[in-house]
Amino acid sequence: MIAKTIAELQSEGRTPEIIFWVGCAGSFDARAQKVTRALCEILNHAGVEFAILGSEERCSGDPARRAGNEFLFQMTAAMNIETLNMYGVKKIVTACPHCFNTLKNEYPELGGNYEVLHHTQLLNELIANGKLKLKEGGDFKGKRITYHDSCYLGRANDVYEAPRSLLEALDVDLVEMKRARKNGLCCGAGGAQMWKEDEPGDKRINIERVEDALETNPGAVVANCPFCITMLQDGLKAKEKNEQIPVYDISEMILTRL
Amino acid sequence: MLQSLLFLLVAGAGSWFAWKGFSRVWTNIQLGKPETTTGDTGERWRNVFLVALGQQKMFKNWLPAVLHLFIYVAFVITQVELIEIFVDGIFGTHRFFAPYLGGFYTFVISSIEVLSVLAFVATLAFLSRRNLLRIARFQKPELKGFPSRDANLILLGEIILIVGIFCMNGGDKVLQSRGVEHYHLTGNFAVSTWLGPALFGGLSDGAVMVIERFGWWLHILTVFGFLCYLPYSKHLHIILAFPNTWYARLTPKGQMENMPDIQKEVRIMMGLDQPDGNAPAELPEFGANDVTSLSWKNILQAYSCTECGRCTAACPANQTGKKLSPRKVMMDVRDRAEEIGAAIASGKASKENYNDGKSLFDRITAEELHACTTCNACVEACPVMINPLDIILQMRRHEILSQSAGPAEWLPMFNAIENAGAAWAMSEPREAWRD
Repeated sequence: MIAKTIAELQSEGRTPEIIFWVGCAGSFDARAQKVTRALCEILNHAGVEFAILGSEERCSGDPARRAGNEFLFQMTAAMNIETLNMYGVKKIVTACPHCFNTLKNEYPELGGNYEVLHHTQLLNELIANGKLKLKEGGDFKGKRITYHDSCYLGRANDVYEAPRSLLEALDVDLVEMKRARKNGLCCGAGGAQMWKEDEPGDKRINIERVEDALETNPGAVVANCPFCITMLQDGLKAKEKNEQIPVYDISEMILTRL
Repeated sequence: MLQSLLFLLVAGAGSWFAWKGFSRVWTNIQLGKPETTTGDTGERWRNVFLVALGQQKMFKNWLPAVLHLFIYVAFVITQVELIEIFVDGIFGTHRFFAPYLGGFYTFVISSIEVLSVLAFVATLAFLSRRNLLRIARFQKPELKGFPSRDANLILLGEIILIVGIFCMNGGDKVLQSRGVEHYHLTGNFAVSTWLGPALFGGLSDGAVMVIERFGWWLHILTVFGFLCYLPYSKHLHIILAFPNTWYARLTPKGQMENMPDIQKEVRIMMGLDQPDGNAPAELPEFGANDVTSLSWKNILQAYSCTECGRCTAACPANQTGKKLSPRKVMMDVRDRAEEIGAAIASGKASKENYNDGKSLFDRITAEELHACTTCNACVEACPVMINPLDIILQMRRHEILSQSAGPAEWLPMFNAIENAGAAWAMSEPREAWRD
């Protein structure tokens, strides 16, 4: 796996086509790191010249802004935009829908204008223009799986089809949950909930969501967001189903077919 | 002559009371801060036509959508008959348009009758959904008391309207068939041609004439009653749904409103921009702690809310037993606007420096605000494009920025972002996953 920082690439006199925005979860969370590495391997395989920002990347500011801390958001966003603009970045891909939403929708007003893609969108592009060819067969062909729409890719940005068309390319047997697409139920982590305990109630939201998933009797649950993956895994664990039913990011499934 | 005078009196008084009510709502909406309306006009018209007029978002749930459509279309088309009631009321005529329109008149009134029957069925269905089937979203705590009575009163009013129509038309048909003078032939109406004789066929001419007039007056009095009641009721949505869909933001749902003041301050602090000498002498309040610090659009939305509770039913926090209910947020904003509006109207206070020692936080608690996952399910669910999330986020901003409060668990995250540039404080470098 090769994943150079933009500084490293520039010192070699090269310019990346695209920046891979790794995000805090993708950088530090052990589960999300696997997705980060999977995406890098796919991009290597497809011959996409990409770079990461490495230590020059900061939190996009999503949790701070949604918690209400606008000062902190503006600070971290301004630093990121300074960095991105300094390197003349035009195109960004990220595996985190929260970073995706913030960079795509909230940075332009602050002077950061980039073409921002979620990795499911980029992977679709790569398949469409022939840069990425999936091998036949594989573990997921015909496998009964269900797909969880993250709020920040789905409702927040109306991206419902890109992940589904990848699942179609993978030949999985996609069974939708009763609440899907626009009506998808949150995993419970958004709006900075990831960093706090639930308010008093009678159930955790991820349990409610995992029950939706279990109704489809899936062999695996697929998500597109590091926070959703954590929440769904925790939910399945609470139901003692985590051994039988893994939670994947789509990139991890694509990786098995290269 | 007496009837004309009586009618003018009712119409005048009704219009005056209604005007007072609507002015109050208008003034209360102005309690909010100015917000300009940006974005494509074509898309705004599209929202008005598809979402408000076309009820597009209602059809996520087809059964109530169809029932609601019956009442809605019946209401709209009955306005045609109302024109005639006005003309007859003022000039003392009887079914003024019938001789001029002929068969078309019969068709229009028949359509009204068919839709009225459908609306009658729908109204009974709605009453039973609320009171017998007790659909979950109608049993939430925020509907206890007036909101629940308000809903039933509106449905009752609809039944009275329909009863009025059929007394009036049914009586008329009986009198027509008996050749009573003054009741000219109108052709066969779809329902009252058989319903009239079935109900009133055995009564004397005089009694049927009373029933016909009773129906006419019942109808018009209920219409004026509705008009005066609207500005005090959730039923106001029949009007405000239209401006509300027009003014709804067109930006992606995930995009939060920027705070340019803070942006400017931060850029100066970071040395990215030079101070322009316009720095405020004292720190302003950030976010919203009251309707006066919300946008006027938030208050318009609050008045547009018909308390259907689709937002609350879709809310993941509410479904899992948390206190948050997006519908309650909207109702609280409206009720607070009413409270402040009433105090100002009574001359006890002025809008400029309003202070009654209370705020929106007395109604919407921190616990409710902290339960939100910002998932936009409430925004997506609303049939008239209300955005409860925007209010929640403005109040969170006030809590953090102006009150320095908020969940203590967020402090490590804030500190990590500020000091380490990551949402978690980690010791290894950001790109350590490469190794």
